[in-house]
Amino acid sequence: MAEPGSAAPRTRLATAGAKATTQAMLRDQPRRDVIRNTAFAGLLLLAVSIALAGLIALLVQAFIKGAPALSTDLITNPPSSIYPEKAGFRTAILGSLELIAGVILFVVPVGVGAAIYLEEYADKTRWWNRMIEVNIQNLAAVPSIIYGILGLAFIVRGPLDLGFILIAGSLTLALLVLPMVIIAAREAIRAVPDSIRQGSLALGATKWQTVRSQVLPASIPGIATGVILAVSRALGETAPLLLVGATVFVTFDPTPFSDYSALPVQIFNYAVQPQDEFQALAAAGIILMLVVLLAMNSFAIWLRNRYEQRW
Amino acid sequence: MTQDESRTGTGREAREAAAERAAIAVRPDEFHHSEAGSGAREKVFELKGIDVRYSGVAAVKGISMDIHRKDVTALIGPSGCGKSTLLRCLNRMNDLIPNAEVQGELLYHGEDLYGPTVDPVQVRKLIGMVFQKPNPFPKSIYDNVAFGPRILGRKDDLDATVEHALRGAALWEEVKDRLEDNAFGLSGGQQQRLCIARCIAVEPDVILMDEPCSALDPISTGKIEDLMIALKDEFSIVIVTHNMQQAARVSDRTAFLMVELDADEQNRWGRLVEYDDTEKIFTNPADQRTEDYVSGKVG
Repeated sequence: MAEPGSAAPRTRLATAGAKATTQAMLRDQPRRDVIRNTAFAGLLLLAVSIALAGLIALLVQAFIKGAPALSTDLITNPPSSIYPEKAGFRTAILGSLELIAGVILFVVPVGVGAAIYLEEYADKTRWWNRMIEVNIQNLAAVPSIIYGILGLAFIVRGPLDLGFILIAGSLTLALLVLPMVIIAAREAIRAVPDSIRQGSLALGATKWQTVRSQVLPASIPGIATGVILAVSRALGETAPLLLVGATVFVTFDPTPFSDYSALPVQIFNYAVQPQDEFQALAAAGIILMLVVLLAMNSFAIWLRNRYEQRW
Repeated sequence: MTQDESRTGTGREAREAAAERAAIAVRPDEFHHSEAGSGAREKVFELKGIDVRYSGVAAVKGISMDIHRKDVTALIGPSGCGKSTLLRCLNRMNDLIPNAEVQGELLYHGEDLYGPTVDPVQVRKLIGMVFQKPNPFPKSIYDNVAFGPRILGRKDDLDATVEHALRGAALWEEVKDRLEDNAFGLSGGQQQRLCIARCIAVEPDVILMDEPCSALDPISTGKIEDLMIALKDEFSIVIVTHNMQQAARVSDRTAFLMVELDADEQNRWGRLVEYDDTEKIFTNPADQRTEDYVSGKVG
C-alpha cells in the first residue's frame, strides 16, 4: 500500500510519536487532579490537627497551671477550703475508687447476664426481644444528667430511699454505664464462632455448660475491655453525681454508707474557688485524673490486643 | 445375608431395645454397648419416612433406611441433596436451627429419638459428632479432650481417659509432650483428629462425621480414613462425604441421595435413591442415577 522505501521512516515516526504520547501520559498528572488531591489531604490533616490541638492545649494548660501543686500531698491530704497549701484530693480519690468498685460489682454480673440472655437465649424473632435490643442502644445515648435525676428519684429517694450515700452514687453510675457494658459484652459473645457452641453441644453439654465453659471464657477479654472502658467513663462522670449527693465537702475517708465526694466533683469545687492556689490544685487534679484515665484506656487496648482471638 | 440375619435377631433385639429404652430415659450415661448382637446386623438407626423442613420448606423428603451397628455408613450425593441435614437429624443437632422440623419416625435402638420424653442433650452424649471444619475449643489439648468427661462428671482418672482418647484418635504420639499447649497450634489434620479424640472421650455409641476431611490435605485425609476403619471396631460411624473415593475406601454401606425438583423447578429437596453395600453401589448399582453419579457422568 505504501512505497517500500518510505515504510521504514514512517514506522519510525509513528513509534516515536507513540512513545512521546505514552511518556506524556505517564509524566503529567492533570493539574486539576494534583490540586484536588493536595487540598483534600490538607483538609483531612486539618481535621486531625483540630482534634489533637484540643487535647494538647488541655494538657499544656493543665501542666503549666498544675505542675507547682503536683506532689504526693495531693493524694494523701484531705481537701480544705481554707488552706490551699495543705489541701489534697485524698477523700475524693477514695470516694472515686469506692464508687467504681461498686459500679464493677453491680455492672459486671448484670451487664454480662443481660448480654448472655440477649445473645444466647433470647428468641430474636420475638418482637419484645427486638424491642429490648433497640432500647439498649437508645439507653447508651441518654444524657448522663437524666440518670442523675433517675438516681435521685429512685435510689436516693423513692423506692430504694438510700439517702445521699456513696452506694447511691455507685448504683446511679452503674445504671449509666450498664448499656455500654451490655453492648460490649454482646459483641464479645457474638465474636465466638458458632462452631465452638456446636462442638460443645455435640458432646452432650447443656446450653448452660456450653455458655459457662466455652463461650464465656472465650469472650472474657472482650468483656473485660468493655468493662474497663465503661468504668473509666464512670470515673469521669460528674453530672449525675451532682444530683445524688457528691457535692458535699468531705474531709473524712468515705465509707460505702457515708457522705462522699468524687475526683471530678472535687476538681470542680476547687476550680470555682477565687484564689489562684485553688486553681492550681484543680489543674493538678485534672492531671491526676487524665493519668488514671489514660492508664485505664491503655490497659483496655493492651488487653484487647493481647488476647484477641483469631478464629 | 443382611435381610435374613436381621430377622433371626428380632427377639434379642426387642429385649435389647427395651433395655436401651430404659437407658435413654433413665441413666443415659450408664449406657453400654451390647456385644450380644454383633454377629447379626443389629440396627442402630431406623429411619421411616423422614422429612426435614426449614421454615416449612422441605430439605429432604421420605428418607427410609436402616443404619447398622459397627458399620461405617456413608451418605453421598451432590451438593444440596440434604446429606448433612439428614446427618444432623441423627443426633438432634437440627433442633438448634430455629424453624427446623423433623417429621417421620426415627428409631435409635428401637426408641423414638424424637419422642416427647427424650432429652436432646442426652441423645448427643450417645451420638457424637465431628464437623466439617475442625473446631477445637480455644483451650489446651488436654482440656479439649477432658471437656466431655468433665461435663459428664467422669472426673476419676481423667489423665487415663484423655490418653486413651488421644491414642484412639492416633494423636497421642504427636502431642503427648505438649498436652498443655493451645489446640490452635496444631495443624488442620491434627485439629480434626483432636476433635475425634474429644468425641471418643465421652464414649459415645455412634460417631457422626460431616465431611470430616473436606478441609484437609491428602495425607491428613489418609490418616483420618485409617482412623475411621479402626474406630468401627468400637463405634458405629455415619459419614457424609463429597468424595466418592473416600466413601468407597472406608464405608461398608453407602446411601446415595439426589436432588429432586418439583414440576415448576421452584423447590428442591433431597431424596434417597439407593442404599446398599458399598461394593454393590460402586460396582453394580441398581439405579441408573446412582451409576451415572458414581461413574462421574453427573454431579
